[in-house]
Amino acid sequence: MKLRPVAGVALRQFYLMRGSPVRVLPMFAWVAIDIVLWGFITRYLNSITGSRINFVASLLGAVLMWDFFTRVMQGVTTAFLEDVWSRNFLNFFATPLAVSEYVVGLVLTSIATSLIGLAVMLVLATAVFGLPFFSMGVALVPFLLVLFLFGIALGILASALVLRLGPASEWMVWPLPALISPFVGVFYPLATLPLWMRVIARALPPSYVFEDMRAIVMGRAFTLQPLLVGIALAVLLIVLAAGFFVRVYRYAVRSGLLARYTAESVS
Amino acid sequence: MDQQPVSFAALPVLRVTELCKSYGSLRAVDHVSFELRHGEIVGLLGPNGAGKTTTINMILGVLAPTSGAIRIAGIDLARQRSRALARTSFAAVYAALPGNLTVWQNLRVFGLIYGVRNLTRRIAELLAEFELEHLRDTKCGLLSSGEQTRVALAKAMLNRPELLLLDEPTASLDPSAAQRSRAHVRGLAREGGCGILWTSHNMYEVEEVCDRVLFLSHGKILLEGDPKGLPREHGARSLEELFIRLAREPLQAGAAP
Repeated sequence: MKLRPVAGVALRQFYLMRGSPVRVLPMFAWVAIDIVLWGFITRYLNSITGSRINFVASLLGAVLMWDFFTRVMQGVTTAFLEDVWSRNFLNFFATPLAVSEYVVGLVLTSIATSLIGLAVMLVLATAVFGLPFFSMGVALVPFLLVLFLFGIALGILASALVLRLGPASEWMVWPLPALISPFVGVFYPLATLPLWMRVIARALPPSYVFEDMRAIVMGRAFTLQPLLVGIALAVLLIVLAAGFFVRVYRYAVRSGLLARYTAESVS
Repeated sequence: MDQQPVSFAALPVLRVTELCKSYGSLRAVDHVSFELRHGEIVGLLGPNGAGKTTTINMILGVLAPTSGAIRIAGIDLARQRSRALARTSFAAVYAALPGNLTVWQNLRVFGLIYGVRNLTRRIAELLAEFELEHLRDTKCGLLSSGEQTRVALAKAMLNRPELLLLDEPTASLDPSAAQRSRAHVRGLAREGGCGILWTSHNMYEVEEVCDRVLFLSHGKILLEGDPKGLPREHGARSLEELFIRLAREPLQAGAAP
């Protein structure tokens, strides 16, 4: 893998964002809206329940983590869709650019955009609503790592689906995080779920993050082992998603889909 | 100065052998074989649906052949795609550069992808060569057709390709801009030693630019030869007349076996 082609793919996204407020604004706006909305909800819950649960830490922390994961996934998918919208596949793939270099370029873009979003979320949640986010200490690193890796896997999978099914399938990939959220227990313990949902949850890395996070908020000791399972699962899912993307790309080259990729040419 | 450079490798810059592409029962390209040498401009002609763009897409590596082989500067495209495509470039009227990036940004992105050394200097050279300096910071989507073609040609020259594929590069240009582009492309072949495969429906242009033409119909090469001599050899008054005859009655017009 060569670094310059990877940098080329990432630089294209940087140029797009630098010159376009409509691309930059959503990186902050939706994050800010989510934090403000949930910040006030948790503050209200804290004031009326009087229970020993700190809703700011448990609910707002969960919202922040889930938003981070969504930003990572959307970072990959949006970067890919920019090439769909500008019909750039022929230009890109008629060059020495390898498919692995292209995917790594998308991931680099996502790292940059999601970190910016994360920084905004942390500043808002901590400064305005007093979220004790850093009280989680070193646990924060594996939490964010699991969500980051899973976001990358889901972003690559979503991009592969759009490549295979055509630009119109874009509508199908945006709700993927919402589809997953009931299974991973963002706002409630996995024990709340029926057995069949718990089985699925165990195959989804974020479930390990939110269970551990709740444990820490409730004052229990941090356990690394479930998070290691989450990391291993997320890495496995990245490998599977990348393999799927390569498979779809090869199909697109074999069938002629890549050379004629437009909304009209793909049903 | 139509002298062929003598220092280039004896290997053809492009060797296409028994190339086939089928979609189900439809054979879009049918056992096509040809070679292209350094400094040579070969016209790939044929009616719509003859298989020209399919052939070009296979040479660009964005479409896998059903069978056959493509070697670029002696490198097997199927086995060493990146190495082969590093020596290739293309411009086509249907593959505009992203309109939401400026001329300079597009050249920088593609320069990085091609791994061009001294990229900033190379971009400056190309902006001057294609008279694009004043459009450096203009988004490509805002350029006229002629300007977009010049940007596409500048992008195609970033990596100093040994093989250049041009699919109807002058299709949307006014006669003056088209003439300038043709002169430029001729210069690339004569002075730069670049092998160029050129498709066009403008037979005047083909006669002016190409050293050799290949007539393609129903995915097969029907005729091959000098664009000025071929019409005479086949009893036609012009290349255009020969083209029309071949497009309507390919088999009677002297198809190769």
